[in-house]
Amino acid sequence: MSKYLSMPIHKLIEEFKTDPSKTFDYLDSLYDNIKRVENKIRSFITIIPQETLDRYVENLIKENKHRIDNLKLFGIPIAVKDNISTKGIRTTCASKMLENYVPPYNATVVEKILREGGIIIGKTNMDEFAMGSTTETSAFYPTKNPWDTTRVPGGSSGGSATALASGEAPLALGSDTGGSIRNPASFCGVYGLKPTYGLVSRYGLIAYASSMDQIGPMARNVVDLAILLSVIAGHDPRDSTSVPFVQSVDYVQELYKLHHKEPKLRIGVIKEFFEGSEEPVKKATAKAVDLLCSYHECQEISLPFSKQIIAAYYIIAMAEASSNLARFDGVRYGMKIDFTNRSWDEAFTEVRTKGFGYEVRKRIAIGAYILSAGYRDMYYIRALKLRRVLKERFDQIFKGYDIVVSPTMPILPPRLGEFFEDPLRIYLADVNTVAANLVGIPAISIPVDFYNGLPIGLQAMAKQFSEPLLLYIAKQLEDRTGFRDILAQL
Amino acid sequence: MNNDQTLKTIIGLEIHVQLTKLKTKLFCATSADYREKKPNTHVCPICLGLPGTLPTVNRKAVEYAIAVAKALNCEISDRLMFVRKHYFYPDLPKNYQISQYIGPGFAPIAKNGYVKITVDGKPKIVRIRRINIEEDPGRVVYIGSIETSPYSLIDYNRSGVTLLEIVTEPDLGSPKEARIFLEKLIAILEYLGVTDPGLEGAFRVDANISFEGFGRVEIKNIGSIRDVEKALTYEIVRQRRIIAGGGKIERETRHWDSNKGVTISLRSKEFEEDYRYFPDPDLPPLRISKEFIEQVVKSLPELPDERIDRFMKQYSLDEYRATVLVLNKWLADLFEMCAKHYDKYKKLADLLITDFLRWINEFNIDYKNLRLDLLQIVKLLRLWDEGVLSVKMVKELLPQIIKGGIDVEDYVKSSGYTRLVDKEYLEKVVEEVFRESPKAVQDALENPKAVNYLIGLVMKKTSGRADPQLVREIILSMLDKMRSTGS
Ligand SMILES: [Zn+2]
Repeated sequence: MSKYLSMPIHKLIEEFKTDPSKTFDYLDSLYDNIKRVENKIRSFITIIPQETLDRYVENLIKENKHRIDNLKLFGIPIAVKDNISTKGIRTTCASKMLENYVPPYNATVVEKILREGGIIIGKTNMDEFAMGSTTETSAFYPTKNPWDTTRVPGGSSGGSATALASGEAPLALGSDTGGSIRNPASFCGVYGLKPTYGLVSRYGLIAYASSMDQIGPMARNVVDLAILLSVIAGHDPRDSTSVPFVQSVDYVQELYKLHHKEPKLRIGVIKEFFEGSEEPVKKATAKAVDLLCSYHECQEISLPFSKQIIAAYYIIAMAEASSNLARFDGVRYGMKIDFTNRSWDEAFTEVRTKGFGYEVRKRIAIGAYILSAGYRDMYYIRALKLRRVLKERFDQIFKGYDIVVSPTMPILPPRLGEFFEDPLRIYLADVNTVAANLVGIPAISIPVDFYNGLPIGLQAMAKQFSEPLLLYIAKQLEDRTGFRDILAQL
Repeated sequence: MNNDQTLKTIIGLEIHVQLTKLKTKLFCATSADYREKKPNTHVCPICLGLPGTLPTVNRKAVEYAIAVAKALNCEISDRLMFVRKHYFYPDLPKNYQISQYIGPGFAPIAKNGYVKITVDGKPKIVRIRRINIEEDPGRVVYIGSIETSPYSLIDYNRSGVTLLEIVTEPDLGSPKEARIFLEKLIAILEYLGVTDPGLEGAFRVDANISFEGFGRVEIKNIGSIRDVEKALTYEIVRQRRIIAGGGKIERETRHWDSNKGVTISLRSKEFEEDYRYFPDPDLPPLRISKEFIEQVVKSLPELPDERIDRFMKQYSLDEYRATVLVLNKWLADLFEMCAKHYDKYKKLADLLITDFLRWINEFNIDYKNLRLDLLQIVKLLRLWDEGVLSVKMVKELLPQIIKGGIDVEDYVKSSGYTRLVDKEYLEKVVEEVFRESPKAVQDALENPKAVNYLIGLVMKKTSGRADPQLVREIILSMLDKMRSTGS
């Protein structure tokens, strides 16, 4: 296997900068690996052919001869979740509805990546319209966990996580609405960060639940994660929810600063989330917490009403989804049906029945019901109230603690199909992750251990715009556990 | 059985106005100047609602909305909030319309305003319930009619253009009041410079009408003020007839067919759509600061009510004349330009209101295309004052000025087209008339009122050019002479 495959990107870039032609060698080894593993796990929906990328890189080198040193991602391939719009590259959301949809514009994050010399290598598989936690609701095929291909990789950014864990790409973008970056990061043994709501532009992200969706970086080590975050974060005038005062922050520098100073943090350990976890998960994450607590100051804290948090999350997500997905009607793009001699209502019904999978149809239907007159107060308004209460609770917590930790997922990666038989169990498995989305705070999943060859992740949350703190403790753990740049053997 | 003449008519209006003076659409930078452009050429990913796109608010649109709200005496919200209104229709790219809503937790840009109107000389207040900012959908175009068209075409050029939805309380008591209110409202918008009401589709009206104690009918999508008055009149007759026959007025939505001049039932209100309003999560509430509002207010131009007051003071016009002039902004502008050179303001106003306006309508001239030397009007009035031209001549020359662009003085000189004040000549004409109509002369000797008939005959003989006052003097003195001589 090529030495390049597991090399962190900050080292790769150094190599490429001294000799840009090494980029082609790297692409060779990457595509060899993709050929070898892709059939076994199916990370991608669309892979850009190597010839196309070779040509792209040739131009990249030619056009940037004198400024290669300034490009943060020069020559680095990035796997992009297939709900992030890429100009000229089909963007399907893993749905029949958008099977042939090619966006005429780039998402802001994609523009930023391209501007820094990054390369889009492909679009990764996901749960259809990001609705799911296993990447099994993809309309095309499920993605498999590279550590055990009989198991799910988590979701909905499953393809991005497996592309990293199997060495198909060194960096990836995911999106996180209720844990969709952290969940597969945890199940696949990689790092995944859900940034503060508003830190990364959502322009071009095909919306699931607008008030919680957030694009975030995924990587195999903390520094790479910080590099990608530095590229994609920052204000975007095209997104009204993007936070205006955030100028570009160099998260790598912020990370190193903290790493050298090593400030002692106050860490809150969420009691209920540990208690509610499967035994191996509880053990492994508790061990990681012990590592942190040998240096920092830890205390157990309580975050009750987890069932209500889950309910509020799903109510808000489904309500917004029913609205966001209303635009898919077959009139302008995506799935086409014969509209002849039918009323608009009939035609729309057929497109939406054929184009959406079961999970998506279910969530749209429930969401429409939740927003309808007479039910809105009973469900939607109450969910918003709970959201406010939860925000207040977290404000309170962050007065006493810098970081709160919990297992990312309360369970080990389930077997493929296992969850379909018990849908409520899938929803409940999101209990640890959804709070960060409801509140809008940043959260990271850090690989901390393996159990029977299956990865286990620790989640850390902090208050708004505290991404540097999360990177800092992730780096501390990374240094102690040695979980960096590891690839699953396939 | 109701005595239908005592039934009280209740009318409320919902007016959709395009802010046509905005350069770009409400939520994107696409040009809003879509008229007469090829279909689907004024679109971008945002106004097409492509997946992943997000709206950002056009600041100028908010400024305009605040200006309108101020001019309609509304309370302005301290927050700009948008909601999504859901319904499936192919011209609505996202299948929801970004709009505003009044209700718990929601606020429109403005509410609780009023407009003063004058009906039959009496002042009246029409309350404004609220003003919303919202995006216009696209347009479905049918070949021929909706029933026979083999397919539908959709043009999204209009999609995302800024609309204001202005909703009145049900304060209007008749179709005429509705018309007077709309004329005033449109004038206000024109004065603010936010819309050009002359443009096709710049405003659309939904009208609610009911008789007190009976079901309410909504007439959708009426395209002009005249049609609003006609549609409401039609509905009153229709509903009165049903009530007189002991029938029930269904709560329903009707369509106004302006070609046939009738309303047609669209759908029963029993299945009222559930729009599933909820706050647009892509557009977090924006604070509207006092300073921002003050800035807008400071830049407000003179509004119709202020101008009417000023016209009454500055030009000593009565309210009726001032109002008619002011509500036709271009006419009021013309008046003020002429008034700089001519100070018999009432005479000037009358000429403009009665004759000038009539000819503009008669010739179907768009006032924007009116290339007029306003000094011609001033000259015309002066020649009239000097007795060179008679009323009749003035009325004859005015359309020629408007249409032919003639110079009044040259025309008068070269054609000898002046008032006949030559006494000797007129005496000859009078003698002629006396010779030809002895019977009329006999009448006039007995009855002073019959003199007018003789004057008329002289005027006819001189093609109206004779000075009637002078003719009267001549006739009276000749009659006196005849009486004294006894002949
Ligand atoms: Zn646009």
